[in-house]
Amino acid sequence: MLTRRLLSLLDLRAAIAVAVLLSAAVLVPILLLATPQNFPLHMPPYVVALLGKYLCYAILAVALDLVWGYCGILSLGHGAFFALGGYAMGMYLMRQIGTRGVYANPILPDFMVFLNWKALPVTWWGFDWFPYAMLMVLLAPGVLAFAFGYLAFRSRVTGVYLSIITQAMTYALLLAFFRNDMGFGGNNGLTDFKDILGFNVQSDETRAALFSVSALALIVAILIGRYLVTSKFGKVLIAIRDAESRTRFIGYRVENYKLAVFTLSAMMAGVAGALYVPQVGIINPSEFSPAQSIEAVIWVAVGGRGTLVGAALGAVLVNFAKTWFTGALPEYWLFALGLLFILVTLFLPKGILGLIDHMKRRTAPASIDGDVQNGATAAR
Amino acid sequence: MDEATLTSSLLYLDGVAVSFDGYKALRGLSLTLAPGEMRAIIGPNGAGKTTMMDVITGKTRPDEGVVFFGGNQDLTQLDEAAIAELGIGRKFQKPTVFESHTVEDNILLALKAPRSARATLFGKPAPDTAERIDRILATTKLTDHRARMAADLSHGQKQWLEIGMLLAQDPKLLLVDEPVAGMTDAETMQTAELLREIARDHSVVVVEHDMDFVRELGVKVTVLHEGAVLAEGPLDQVSAEPQVIEVYLGR
Amino acid sequence: MRSVFARVFLTLSLVLMLAPARAADVDLKSALSGFLADSFPSTQKAIEAVVQSGSSQAPAIIEALQDERLYFARDAQLVAYKTKGGELREAATGGPVATTPQDLKQVRLNNRLRGIVNAAVGALTLMSSNPERRREAANAVFKSRDASTLPTLDSAIAKETDPATRTALEQARASVILAKSDSSDAQKIDAIGVLRARGDQDALAMLSAVAAGPETLEKSAAQAAAAAIETRLALWRNLQNVWYGLSLGSVLLLAAIGLAITFGVMGIINMAHGEMVMLGAYTTFVVQEYCRTSAPGLFNYSLFIAIPLAFLVTGAVGVVIERSIIRFLYGRPLETLLATFGVSLLLQQAVRTIFGANNREVGAPSFMSGAFHLGGLEITYGRMWIIVFALVVFAALQLLLRFTSFGLRMRAVTQNRRMASSMGIDTNRIDALAFGLGSGIAGMAGVALSQIDNVSPNLGQSYIIDSFMVVVFGGVGNLWGTFLGAALLGVANKFLEPFAGAVLGKIALLVFIILFIQKRPRGLFALKGRAVEA
Repeated sequence: MLTRRLLSLLDLRAAIAVAVLLSAAVLVPILLLATPQNFPLHMPPYVVALLGKYLCYAILAVALDLVWGYCGILSLGHGAFFALGGYAMGMYLMRQIGTRGVYANPILPDFMVFLNWKALPVTWWGFDWFPYAMLMVLLAPGVLAFAFGYLAFRSRVTGVYLSIITQAMTYALLLAFFRNDMGFGGNNGLTDFKDILGFNVQSDETRAALFSVSALALIVAILIGRYLVTSKFGKVLIAIRDAESRTRFIGYRVENYKLAVFTLSAMMAGVAGALYVPQVGIINPSEFSPAQSIEAVIWVAVGGRGTLVGAALGAVLVNFAKTWFTGALPEYWLFALGLLFILVTLFLPKGILGLIDHMKRRTAPASIDGDVQNGATAAR
Repeated sequence: MDEATLTSSLLYLDGVAVSFDGYKALRGLSLTLAPGEMRAIIGPNGAGKTTMMDVITGKTRPDEGVVFFGGNQDLTQLDEAAIAELGIGRKFQKPTVFESHTVEDNILLALKAPRSARATLFGKPAPDTAERIDRILATTKLTDHRARMAADLSHGQKQWLEIGMLLAQDPKLLLVDEPVAGMTDAETMQTAELLREIARDHSVVVVEHDMDFVRELGVKVTVLHEGAVLAEGPLDQVSAEPQVIEVYLGR
Repeated sequence: MRSVFARVFLTLSLVLMLAPARAADVDLKSALSGFLADSFPSTQKAIEAVVQSGSSQAPAIIEALQDERLYFARDAQLVAYKTKGGELREAATGGPVATTPQDLKQVRLNNRLRGIVNAAVGALTLMSSNPERRREAANAVFKSRDASTLPTLDSAIAKETDPATRTALEQARASVILAKSDSSDAQKIDAIGVLRARGDQDALAMLSAVAAGPETLEKSAAQAAAAAIETRLALWRNLQNVWYGLSLGSVLLLAAIGLAITFGVMGIINMAHGEMVMLGAYTTFVVQEYCRTSAPGLFNYSLFIAIPLAFLVTGAVGVVIERSIIRFLYGRPLETLLATFGVSLLLQQAVRTIFGANNREVGAPSFMSGAFHLGGLEITYGRMWIIVFALVVFAALQLLLRFTSFGLRMRAVTQNRRMASSMGIDTNRIDALAFGLGSGIAGMAGVALSQIDNVSPNLGQSYIIDSFMVVVFGGVGNLWGTFLGAALLGVANKFLEPFAGAVLGKIALLVFIILFIQKRPRGLFALKGRAVEA
């Protein structure tokens, strides 16, 4: 029964995505750990870390697609949830440094010793215990999203207004986290991590494991997303996106639906951030900057909003382009990104997956109905 | 408040006033609808027809006056979703259906069933769901279009789909705002027939400009003017009243 | 030291009052001869004698000595000083020295003598013929509270005709009397009254010292006076905060007012609005660069050239953006948001490529620099003119919208596009022009901002969120709302800062606005009714 429901979640695209991610989760560690350095397909650790980072962004994109693509909530503050998850993980990693820090304080992280703090602030209590930290990875973004969403959706702040206040939210957090007395490392953030669960974060084995976990997490994110959007709940979300007040008049409490999907999406973003931090090795307030959140929106737009898999694909593609540009033509990356924003919204409103649907329809006019049908299912 | 009228009525409005920035959209509107009754509301532009609908469905809160449903439910204290759950369905002037859903899914969403997020996420559909959908599609003549996207329907079909969604809600009271605007004559007549059929087991309030259509319905008419009731009665009697003629023709 | 000063000033003041001008010339010559000896005691005598001479040359000589510009040549029996320009003048007459003697040497000073010279300068300037110099000297005495100046002060007060200078002298005297241990109670209480009338931070410090001192008759008077001054100062501080707040508000208004047109009136969300401001600031930079290299005389007028130019440049950029991108996205606000964010990235990077990533120096013309006092307020000219500018722009915009045919058509289009179109209004053209207008105003805001903020490619980023907050807070579609929103947020920000610090204050405001929007989703001055719901 459960397997049948699981299989029903996998339309063609989701199936391909899951298959690709599963094989990556297996192959990449092999290519990193079990192949000699001179083997042509050998993956150096930095590439694995980079790919792992892309996957974390892909999870963020899937989370964003759930609220934007399906429910029409354009959040310009999802980077804040990502960053909160990241900080929760970063705090765990800081506590694992122990006496190996510069000041060798067994309890206090270096920056607190540097600031002359005598005791660990309450906010840091319990973060040396992994399960608690993981709970916070979900709760910190979840509670913020719930509180914010409760206020915003109940008073029916919608559309551009909502976008602007989500942006203001992440901006306020950016300013707050820059402050030293917030106790989260201020400007420099949290870095110089040593161990995660007793394994060296820098070692190849840990990198490989983190990559695989990220790939699995992305699969889970896509499956959760598919479960949501193929259920009646998902149909209500789309109904809200298309005609909010109509949905109210047939008796759905729109604010509850929005709140549920917004909170869930924020938690998903938090998980993405938590996986991101050990692979990148640092978390600092710049993750809260409004520009980061808007950039995540363009990943979703590029891949095709309202497709989940497309959002993940967009995140990987855009970030790959970013890596390439900042290496080869650093001057031109912002030009490229700016153009991407403009061109995608003008000419590719349904993203790459939408374009593929469109081309399929053209090349196979005989089977138009079937394709429309598939495309429509996929677009849900 | 007239206690006897209140308890025997399905919908009871008394002294309802609404103003927007000094503009009085409704000024002391009173209206009573008996259970099972079908009523046509007419009136020139700005008479307050749509605002009245907004008040009944919880979109607009009245500044003054009482609005009761079923004799004991104070509608001014409830939001749209709660009012819809009580059994008041509304059809908008401009057809609003869920364009990126299929016709079938549109009906499914409207179908009377638990509305909570938990229920739609984890709950199982009632066993008679498919059967009820089929019945409504047949009533609204949309069976052949059930798998099409609502966006691809013609204007008239969208109006019918919306009426179908209202039926799916199985409300005690239907509020229908200009159902035949933009329809062909044939469609208009068919719609009138459809509404009469619905009125057999539902109470209906129809707001309409089209006099032929109102005549076709053959029900009691209420004339609104400047946010209050001007006249009430059968169409022929109402249209003979001098102040109605003045409002409609005297301008 | 004290006794030396006392002697100098006592004699000095007597001589200044009594000595006839004629005798001074003779005295001066013999006084000057003391400098020729090149010994400290003799120099000291010479200084005292010069001051006593009361000669009109005395201030110039003593000042030269203070700056070590006084020279002597023993063979030629010449004492001379160099002017600040380096010209050598004869000390006795002030006339030029024809030939510079070979053995010209500087008059040497030691620390003791420097003290004497400084006191002499103070005393001489108290009697200076220039009222401004006299006021400066009085203020110096007010701070030094040197008891030895008392006789000079008394005589200066007696002679003083300028009321402002007289007050300054009296305040100086009061400060000295209060500091002197042997002043009578009545004198001290008078002095407290004078200081209370002065009512500034310095007076407060002096009075508080007395109020905290031993139980004396004047203690309670000082306490009352200090309390009165504190209340007054608190009032002025609040007023000063209001002023700072209005100044910030005017900046917010300038940045937000263009947005109020594009977002508030036209419903277009333009994320590149901040970059329009930035372009305006760079236009100012370019204009100033041109003035510096090609027409230095125009520098003082550079802002007047930059304002219309910035309006045209950013207005044109705005029209191009509207025609090439935004018009395809009408009715899709979220897509407009994304596309214009792309535009903002492009503009930022373009400016970074052309002008570099670093801050650019934009100078302030002379009328923008400096400050003046208004009661207890310090008002800088730069800020003041920006407030004036913001008000002028706002007023001009209101007039434009209300009384021109363009304004009429624009309002028509925003209220009912189809109706306007069928009335023969070219809605496309109005859209483009209105967007250009909003952008152009942002450009003018950039000119003003270039005077108070760093001109860098990121300039716009720091204002865009604040601008949106102002527009949303004030109520979309309502220019007066924007006006009041900007003023309120500006003032609130400045009042929060002392309690919470700049950053926390800002966070508090953002949180406040986020909560505020929940309560009143359409802002302070929302339009109600059916039209809005559409």
